Order: sequence, then C-alpha cells, then structure tokens
Amino acid sequence: MSKLLQVKDLHKHYADVKAVNGVSFSVTEGECFGLLGPNGAGKTTTIEVMEGISKPTSGEILYRGEPQGSRFREQAGIQFQSTALQDFLTVAEQLKLFASFYPKGLSFDELVEVCALEKYLNRDASKLSGGQRQRLLLAIALVNDPDIVFLDEPTTGLDPQARLNFWDLVNKIKSRNKTVLLTTHYMEEAYNLCDEIVIMDHGKIIAQGSPDELLEEHFQDVIIELPMSDFNEKAAATMPYRILEKVQPTVEIVTSDVNATLAELLSANVSLSGLQVRARTLEDLFIELTGKELRA
Amino acid sequence: MIKRILAMLHARNLEFMRDRSSLAWNIILPVLLVFGLAFTFSGENKDQYKVAVMAEGLLVNAEPDESLHPLLKTDYITFYGVDDQSETVKKVSRHQVDMLLDLRPDQMHYWVNNDAVNGYFMRRLLAGSGGPTVTEKAVTGKQVRYVDWVVPGILGMNIMFGCLFGVGYVIVRYRKSGYLKRVSATPLSATEFLIAQILSRLMIVVATTVLVFAGTNFFMDFRVVGSYLSLLVVLIIGTFTLLSLGLLVASRVKSEELAGGLLNMLTWPMMLLSGVWFSMEGAHPYLQKFAELSPLTHMLKAARAIMIDGASLMGVSYNLVVLLIMGVVFIVLGAKLFKWTTD
Repeated sequence: MSKLLQVKDLHKHYADVKAVNGVSFSVTEGECFGLLGPNGAGKTTTIEVMEGISKPTSGEILYRGEPQGSRFREQAGIQFQSTALQDFLTVAEQLKLFASFYPKGLSFDELVEVCALEKYLNRDASKLSGGQRQRLLLAIALVNDPDIVFLDEPTTGLDPQARLNFWDLVNKIKSRNKTVLLTTHYMEEAYNLCDEIVIMDHGKIIAQGSPDELLEEHFQDVIIELPMSDFNEKAAATMPYRILEKVQPTVEIVTSDVNATLAELLSANVSLSGLQVRARTLEDLFIELTGKELRA
Repeated sequence: MIKRILAMLHARNLEFMRDRSSLAWNIILPVLLVFGLAFTFSGENKDQYKVAVMAEGLLVNAEPDESLHPLLKTDYITFYGVDDQSETVKKVSRHQVDMLLDLRPDQMHYWVNNDAVNGYFMRRLLAGSGGPTVTEKAVTGKQVRYVDWVVPGILGMNIMFGCLFGVGYVIVRYRKSGYLKRVSATPLSATEFLIAQILSRLMIVVATTVLVFAGTNFFMDFRVVGSYLSLLVVLIIGTFTLLSLGLLVASRVKSEELAGGLLNMLTWPMMLLSGVWFSMEGAHPYLQKFAELSPLTHMLKAARAIMIDGASLMGVSYNLVVLLIMGVVFIVLGAKLFKWTTD
C-alpha cells in the first residue's frame, strides 16, 4: 500500500507554546490511523495542519507525494472536534449544501443510508441528539466520497450505545477502502478501530506501531487483580503491588509469571475466589507512557 | 463556482427567512418609525405665513423695509430677504415658502403655489393690499412634508443597520462558532463565500426596503418626483457599499462583543451626521466634510434628490460614483483581510 499522507518534521509554535515539536509519520492508504495523547499533547494541532486548516511553523505535509492543494480539498473529508452549522437548516438541507461545494460525491440516498439519517432528514439540525449530530457531521465529512477522512475525537461526549454505533460507521467506511485518521481519548476505541497508532505527548511522538505490536513491545506481563479485603500482610511482604481506589478497593499485581504469583498468593493463604487475570491494555500503555499527572 | 455561490446564497436566505423574529423586526421597525414620525409631525402646521422677499439692498434673512410695499405691513406674516430666485421658487413649489415677492424695480413679480391653500390666501391678501402692481408667476407642486424628507433617512438608517450588523455580526458569529472553519475545509473559496453573503443580504435588504416603502407609501403617498427605477438603483448601490463596509469590519474580528463595539462606533456617527433626521446644511463646514466620508450621506443625498427634486441618475452620478468606489475599496480590502478561523 502506498503512503497517502506524509508528515515531515512538523513544527507548530504559538506565541510561547511549542504545540507540535518535530513530528514525522506516514499514513498508508486504506488504514485507520490513530493519533492518541492526553489533553494538550498536540493531537488537534497536528491533525489541523494535516487537514490544511492551519499552517505549520515549519515542516511539510505531502498528500500523494505533493503539497496539499485543491485536489486534497476535494478528496478529503473532515469532521472537526466541534463544528457549528448554519441555523434553521434541516439535516437534508445541510447535506445538500455541503454536497454542492464538491464536483462529485456520494449520492444523497447512499449517504443517508450509510450514516443512518433516514429518520431525521426533515429535522432542524440544531435539534438533534449528540449521537445523531455526530452522524450528521460524519455524513457531511463523507459527502464528497473522500479518499481520506479525518475524525477529530468524534465520540467524545457520546453515550456507550451511540459510541458503538459510531464505531460501526467507521468500520463501514474502512470497508470501503477509505483511509481514516482518528484522534481519540478512548483507548478502547483506538484498539478496536486503528491499524496503526501514534501516541503523542508534549508535542512529540512517544510511541508508534500497531496496537498489538505496541503492547507486545512494552509489556511482557499481565495484571492480577483481587479484592483488597482478600489480600493480607503476608502476601504484601512477598510481592510488589499497588492499591486501586475503586468502589471496592482492589489490589493490582503486575507479573510475567502467573503460576508463580498464584502459588505465592496461595501459600500466603489469600483467597483466590475474587481474583481476575487480565492482559495489558492500550490504556495501561497510555498511562505508562504519558504518566498520571492531571492534564489541562 | 456559480453552483457553490448559489447553494450558499440559498442556505443563507433560508436561515434568514426562517428566523421569524429577526425577519419581522427587519420589517416592523422601519414601518413603526415612518408612521410614528408622520403622526408626530403631522400636527406641525405653520401658524404664520412665510413670504420671501427680494429687493435691492435687502440682505438674506433680513426683515424688508415696510415702505417697499403695503403688504409688508401685514401682521402675522413673516417676511424675510432671499437672494436666490430659482431656489426660492422651488421652495414655493414644495409649500416650504408661501410666496416669493420680487420687488426689484425691473422685476415686480410674485410666485405662489396654485396647489397650496396658503398660496391662495397670500394672493388675495396681496390683491387687497393696494400698492405697486406686482404680476403673478404661478407655480404648482405638491407639498414636501417632513415625512417626505425623512422617509429616505429612516429607510437608509434601517438599511445601514441591516447591512452592517446583518453581514458584520453574522460573519463574526460564524467565525466564533467554528462554522467558517468547517466551510474552509471544503473547496468553497473565501471570495465565493463572501459574494454569497453579500448577495443574500442585498436581496433581503432590497426586498424588505421595497416592501416597507411600498406599504407605507400606500398610506402616506410620499412625494416621488423622479423615477422609481432610479431610486432602486440608488438603493442597490448604497446597500452594496454598506454591506461591503460590514464585511470589512468583520474580516478578522474574533468576538461578537468587539464586532458590536466597532459596528456601533461606525453606525452612530453615520446616523447622526449623514442627514437621517435633519439636513446637514448650515452645519459647520468641517462637519459637512466629515459627513461626506459616510456612505449613508451619499445614499440619502441621491435618494432625496430623486424623490424630492426629480433628479435623474446622471444628476446624482457623483454620489453614485463615490458609493461605488467606496464599495469596491471596502470589499477588496475585506476579502484580502478575511480570515476563516480565530487563530
């Protein structure tokens, strides 16, 4: 597969903030590429420069090997983190308005069907629920049948059903062999949708690869969780652990040898009835790489 | 390009037409003002006759010597000197002066308006006063009421607010809400977007103004001596210039508060100095020069010249050219400075 979009040594500086500080990566045609990072990491700045909305301080963005031009605008679909639309227009009118800006695109019916908007076509767009509105914004991003779709935190603020529904839509887009560039806070979302991810922090890339590759690269261990009430001092003296402040306080033990750890717990007379073993997740990796301090 | 402009134009028109409260206000406010002023000033009947006098050695506005003619001894009539015969005859035709009495030795004429009640009484008074013979030169013409004079001012003021806030404020709102950013990610260019905004507002302002003018004219029968078509041309050119000014103000302002402040800073002096409510004749020359900088001044001068004096488009070409130059300068600057985002 060819490189559809290349980011080369991208810098974007504001008055006294280096929002993006020397970022390079490539997006391959047909893949879903995830840009992850805590708040203020530089994700949205990076994606907005890639979209051509914002100009870089230095560095370049190449689309099909060329600087972004009118061809890019016609072949890209964009869903911003927050987008206002014109007031007093129905869903159908919004779609037709944006469709008219492009020389070609998906048929109206196909667009409505892909984004499941049949029921809301005559509704004022400002009166849609969060999930319906995100589907409309996605439909607007797809109106020109784009080769690459940018989705900037598309599921933030949605309830679990609406989020799952949106994932289905993204998978539908992927199945049409479109390239998707996604930023998200939700590691589960990135794990489910992305073929390749980049984790950014403080304007730089701190990890890149497929989700499984990254987990394999960073973790050779699993996590054992058991209720704090079942844990005892004898066990605490023999192994490193940390306490998770959940509704029911939980002890978390990281181990690369589950059998040995279980044997140690049994010898310390710890009950294993509430025990859970889970693999490391992208969220663990994210926290490990970006730390736990509160971000803006 | 045309397809994109028309689509944006249509969407903007729909947005405006469906915003019922805003649409209603755009029509109701000027109607209320026109009727309100008409009723307020309808009781302003002159309780004295006004007779302009031309005589040798008589200064402008000075009281003429009663020995010149027995009529001048009549009480309850204001006699005052003038020096411009044709201008005063015009005022007689508009009922602004009841009689012009030219008592210069080689003239000895008087002008009254055959359509005016006061003209009839003045003729009778003159005939009964004795004294040297003065021959009549009758003029005709409908009265110019204050409402005839002020109606272009009210409509012009409404157009000014509609244009500056309608385009300026809306674009800043679009920018602040992120709508412009979304549109900038499409192939629609800034020029196409701005043309659509101007055309949409131009259509709306012209349509509502024509509607308000026609509606109020039906009840009040304004004096329109010149052609309605010429008036429409002035309306379109003036509206275009004011819209371009709104665009220039909004080209890169990020907050509605700042936009509101800037627009008020422009509209208030324009409302006070462009001759909306009263004529700027007689104002300090510097103030008059300053008023020339306002597009509204030129729009109102042209509209009044057509309505009251029956001027042709050629007759108001100076004002129209000034308006067009201003409009083109504003729109070119506005498009050059225009920013989609708040960055």
